[in-house]
Amino acid sequence: MNTISETRQKSLLYLENVSVSFDGFKALNSLSFVVEPGELRAIIGPNGAGKTTMMDIITGKTRPDTGTVLFEDAIDLTKKDEADIAQLGIGRKFQKPTVFESHTVWDNLELALNRSRGVFATLFYTLSPEDKARIEEILETIRMTHRKNEYAANLSHGQKQWLEIGMLLAQEPKLLLVDEPVAGMTDAETAETAVLLKEIAKTRSVVVVEHDMGFIRELGVKVTCLAEGSVLAEGSIDFVSNDPKVIENYLGR
Amino acid sequence: MISGFVFRALEGRIVAAVGILLGIGILVPALNLLTPPDSALHIPTYAMSLFGKYLCYALLALALDLVWGYCGILSLGHGAFFALGGYAMGMYLMRQIGPRGVYGNPILPDFMVFLNYKELPWFWHGFDWFVFAMAMVIVVPGLLAFIFGWFAFRSRVNGVYLSIITQAMTYALLLAFFRNDMGFGGNNGLTDFKDILGFSVQADGTRAVLFFMSALMLSLCLILASAIVRSKFGKVLVGVRDAESRVRFLGFRVENIKLFTFVVSAMMAGIAGALFVPQVGIINPGEFAPANSIEVVVWTAVGGRGTLIGPIIGAILVNGGKSFFTGAFPEIWLFALGGLFIAVTLFLPKGIVGTIQHGFKARKALKAAADAEKGRGDAAAVAQAQAAE
Ligand SMILES: Nc1ncnc2c1ncn2[C@@H]1O[C@H](COP(=O)(O)OP(=O)(O)OP(=O)(O)O)[C@@H](O)[C@H]1O
Ligand SMILES: [Mg+2]
Repeated sequence: MNTISETRQKSLLYLENVSVSFDGFKALNSLSFVVEPGELRAIIGPNGAGKTTMMDIITGKTRPDTGTVLFEDAIDLTKKDEADIAQLGIGRKFQKPTVFESHTVWDNLELALNRSRGVFATLFYTLSPEDKARIEEILETIRMTHRKNEYAANLSHGQKQWLEIGMLLAQEPKLLLVDEPVAGMTDAETAETAVLLKEIAKTRSVVVVEHDMGFIRELGVKVTCLAEGSVLAEGSIDFVSNDPKVIENYLGR
Repeated sequence: MISGFVFRALEGRIVAAVGILLGIGILVPALNLLTPPDSALHIPTYAMSLFGKYLCYALLALALDLVWGYCGILSLGHGAFFALGGYAMGMYLMRQIGPRGVYGNPILPDFMVFLNYKELPWFWHGFDWFVFAMAMVIVVPGLLAFIFGWFAFRSRVNGVYLSIITQAMTYALLLAFFRNDMGFGGNNGLTDFKDILGFSVQADGTRAVLFFMSALMLSLCLILASAIVRSKFGKVLVGVRDAESRVRFLGFRVENIKLFTFVVSAMMAGIAGALFVPQVGIINPGEFAPANSIEVVVWTAVGGRGTLIGPIIGAILVNGGKSFFTGAFPEIWLFALGGLFIAVTLFLPKGIVGTIQHGFKARKALKAAADAEKGRGDAAAVAQAQAAE
């Protein structure tokens, strides 16, 4: 039984020997990294380690110089652009929260909803009862029902982060890439975000980049530490945080 | 589906604006045609055509607002689409002259006879047919916008760079249309029009119809623009303006969104140009001048970009001012225009309509806050205590 499940197990995201350099500076240096379906993974590492760059590569914003990037073991992501990759089911939260400030919370979610995104489909779109229910459900999940008619510009920093996570949920991705979700949040908000992400990870894979070690501990999942563009250590939080290389490169600083 | 699309467009302000426009569109021609020239209510034909010209400019500004105000594409070349629409109309009008030209050639317009053309250039064929010419009024600007946008948006040219190449586009067309061998009348352009659909372009009745058509097309385009910006597509458009990468990572094809909007906008500009030409009686390469396109930006900014109605008001006010100034103090008009733009940028960054809207919203918020205070006395006390600190 074990062998069957092992052979049937496919990786959701597979990076092998990915390198990219900007003006001679190697931001990623033969990075290899695998995410299983349904996995919640945390990524840590010093500033400039290449965490955001890795997300740029996965989501088609940056092309790698060399290396393999596969989604669901078959789809070569290096040949696709941002819109294709989003439609394949990879959602991304930016390091700096990015929501549509001049739209309401509701409209932000409506735009993100995983529906036909063509010009004419959107011109003639009308909100169906299912879509309405789905948006209300997401509002509950991100705890923002009471602010649904508020302009996103008027939200607090933490609420914007949540709204962006809600938008990713509306996208119904198979893989969620979340770049520093708790930056600038209060401790209470941070704890709630951990709960939220764990809940989200029940139905899809999530990769979280974060500096906040308390938050990572709360997530309680496998941790990958990046430094200088490649993997320094991988394992449980205790294993990684006791690794001498990690202490020297990251935690000790 | 379609009905929902149109229905959404008819929000209060838009209905009011369309009502006013159509009212003007009927009233002004009526006062021109039905009152005797010595009546106090009489509107002379020249004034009607002058205001008709403003309506065409208003449509051009509306077209620009769709791409600039909602999608964030600052086109500094919209005058080119306007001029192309104008040339398509001008070519039709030239063909209508027939043998009545100075040289009496039944096929060739005067300037071609003068330049020793032996036969009509291929691209002049079909323009004697009104329906074909009217199709070209939207097809030619639309096609140029499509080709231009296809390359620019696909290669993600943005911001200032995009603005600069739109300027270059209109400048290149200016130079091209100045050449005699282009077959568009060189620097004299197309003029001396006689009739349109068999009616004299000089006649009051024809002028009245052209005026009404300008008001009607402006109203229809306003409804279309409103339907677009109020649809989900319109919300995506604003998303592109405010956070383009977010839109991309949500899975939208930003290049297609921009391309569609740019083409629709260019077509509106073409219609404006086509209505402009018979009312002013001439189209020449000067309409491609980069400065013209920049003026459109000023009208739009003055009225309030991203409001649809603002640019219409801005175009009419600024051009009204221009007519007044160039009559009264011709030498200071350019300074007045420059000063106006600086003043608006500094003191009314949202434009006239944008500022008024903002004011209303702020008042509503204040009222809501006041109501909330009344509702909860202790909250008011807290607020007062805080204010006292
Ligand atoms: N488009 C780019 N052009 C040039 N250099 C870049 C580009 N993107 C990233 N870099 C460089 O690559 C390195 C890795 O950057 P990256 O943003 O991936 O780091 P990070 O691990 O996300 O850091 P942080 O924790 O500060 O967010 C940095 O030195 C950065 O300056
Ligand atoms: Mg980063």
